[in-house]
Amino acid sequence: MSMFGQVFVKNNQYKIKGDFHHMTPNTPIRDADNGWKLLGVTNPRDMTYIHSYGGEAAFFEALSQGKLMATRCDNPKCEYKGSVYQPFRIHCPDCLKKNTVIDMTDIAKKSAKVHTFMVCERSGAFNILEKPIKFINIEFDGVATILMSYLSIGEPAMGMRVVPIFKKQGPTYTILDLSWVPAGTKENQLPEGFSF
Amino acid sequence: MIKFSEQQLQVPKLMRPVYLVTAGQSKFDRAFPDKRTEELCVDALTMAADMLSMEPAELKKYIHTCYYGHFADHFGDQLLGEAVIHDRLGLDPLGNIGVKTGGATGGSTLWEAMKAVASGYSDCVLAMGWERMDEVPTDEGNFLISCAADKDWEGPLGHIYTGYYAVMAQKYWQVFGKEEESFRRTLAEISVKHHGYARFNPFAQGPLKITVEDVLKSPVVAYPLRALDACLMSVGAACAIICDEPTAIKLTKNSKNKPLRIYVTAGSHTLRPADRRDMEIPLLPNETAEQYKDFGKRFPGGDRYPGFTGFLGARMAAWYAYRMTGIKDPTEDLDVIELHDAFTISDVQTYEDIGIRPYGEGRTYVESGDCYHTNPHTGKPGKLPSNLSGGLIGCMHAVGATGIMQTFEIACHLWDRWAEMHGDEKRWKEFNRKKPADWTDLQVKGAKRALAISHAGVGSHVTATILMDPDHLLKKDA
Ligand SMILES: [Zn+2]
Repeated sequence: MSMFGQVFVKNNQYKIKGDFHHMTPNTPIRDADNGWKLLGVTNPRDMTYIHSYGGEAAFFEALSQGKLMATRCDNPKCEYKGSVYQPFRIHCPDCLKKNTVIDMTDIAKKSAKVHTFMVCERSGAFNILEKPIKFINIEFDGVATILMSYLSIGEPAMGMRVVPIFKKQGPTYTILDLSWVPAGTKENQLPEGFSF
Repeated sequence: MIKFSEQQLQVPKLMRPVYLVTAGQSKFDRAFPDKRTEELCVDALTMAADMLSMEPAELKKYIHTCYYGHFADHFGDQLLGEAVIHDRLGLDPLGNIGVKTGGATGGSTLWEAMKAVASGYSDCVLAMGWERMDEVPTDEGNFLISCAADKDWEGPLGHIYTGYYAVMAQKYWQVFGKEEESFRRTLAEISVKHHGYARFNPFAQGPLKITVEDVLKSPVVAYPLRALDACLMSVGAACAIICDEPTAIKLTKNSKNKPLRIYVTAGSHTLRPADRRDMEIPLLPNETAEQYKDFGKRFPGGDRYPGFTGFLGARMAAWYAYRMTGIKDPTEDLDVIELHDAFTISDVQTYEDIGIRPYGEGRTYVESGDCYHTNPHTGKPGKLPSNLSGGLIGCMHAVGATGIMQTFEIACHLWDRWAEMHGDEKRWKEFNRKKPADWTDLQVKGAKRALAISHAGVGSHVTATILMDPDHLLKKDA
């Protein structure tokens, strides 16, 4: 019986169970125009990686709880003290001191605006978002940087007010747990698993 | 970083003059089911030797160190691919190193090679770049390319690089292009130009005789960008030989190649375009702070610099390069250029980053006809022809080789050998490609100075390679 690879940590060591790869046989590549001579071979590979979020784990955990966390440099000696970073930065890019983690859910709800966007008709392998994907980049009041994400409802436009939604049910614990909808969207219109 | 220190703005200086003496490249194509990467690298090095009227074995005797540009190990499914190529080129046990900076890998490889010679470590080095992008189907290829974006913050969003990249195009399209139909047509004109020039280049993968209408009718990839606005995905190799002055003189003794002075500089910017903080525009020698004072008024929404519309990495590469070589105005001081046209719109963005036009006015470089070999409005030579190879849209984008292909191309103009390298019937036949009946010699007459921009993804790494005829330097001690 095969089982998806799963991991937990105990005593600071990875404990793994299940299958982290799947076997598929090699097959020859032959030349149809030239007597089916051998040109090469397929090399199948399907692996599961074990990835640590490190100091960003707090951000990804919070998404599943309906909170958007950011960070702020509070180092009194830093020239850019008070700068708020979203995407979440573990360390201040200037003084390299550890940033303070802050909850910016309310700031996002009140001030999030589309800075730019892109409706993309294509995707790569392993994509699980519905196409076309509506990429949006969101600016917030008082935040030094801009956040890349995706719009779940409606058509994006620059300057459009949006509010965050969170995949609290069945979270993926990835950046996909955070999405956005136009301000004024009703709770019952949200995609499955998402809430404000 | 949003403010520079004096130390960070140090103008680069080489310890001794460095020369490009020859270059070579393989055929470029979407796939080579019948060739290994090393066969393409051998083709490139053999051609470089040919240009010096030498046998490869003879040229190899001069090589002291090797720099290998190869971006995506996971595409080729071979770690330490550099060691494989190095062995197959028969260059063991010389020191070698791999360079990888995304789309800028080729340029970065030249950057390192130049420094090895400038420092005196080596008198002659090989810079060789390649990419193998045909070992997975397109969907999986898109996934692998998307691994060059931040894997936690961007990758899961569709696993499609276009999505992370094209948000910048959208911003530029709306703020500076003002969503004008005329601007959309100007973008299409770039694709027509590059696919058209590729028709005269036997190495090129994407020759097409198309019209603006064809581009505008091609499938939407990410509005306003369409399939014909995008660069190619390629396999191929390119190389260059970089050396000091005495070696350059020896190597070119029996060749039409005149040793060319080479200068390479580099800039960078965050992998996540969203992570850009606002700053003042670093000015090039042909710009003033005054001209950008009312920028936000002229282009509403364009007041954040670099925002999502400027490639700061390209701006800094040009900033260092122009000061290093004495370039005051690129349009006046350069004769031919190759830019990293990943998309038609990024070509326009780059015109501004490197000062061919001020920020916000890039489109006029195309609309004036200055960017053509022959200006279509006047019938006279274009003021600063760009991407006569066909660029990434018409010729190739075999990532690790791209920046070196561009350098090969501009060098051919400075050597006055463009027609010979691109017009030879034998080469067209060997590549199984048909030389068009209207093949045109695109040699830029009397070219003395040239530039190539090599650029990674959203602008994480950018290099500027400048070649100059040593008798036409702009700065004596450069
Ligand atoms: Zn700080």
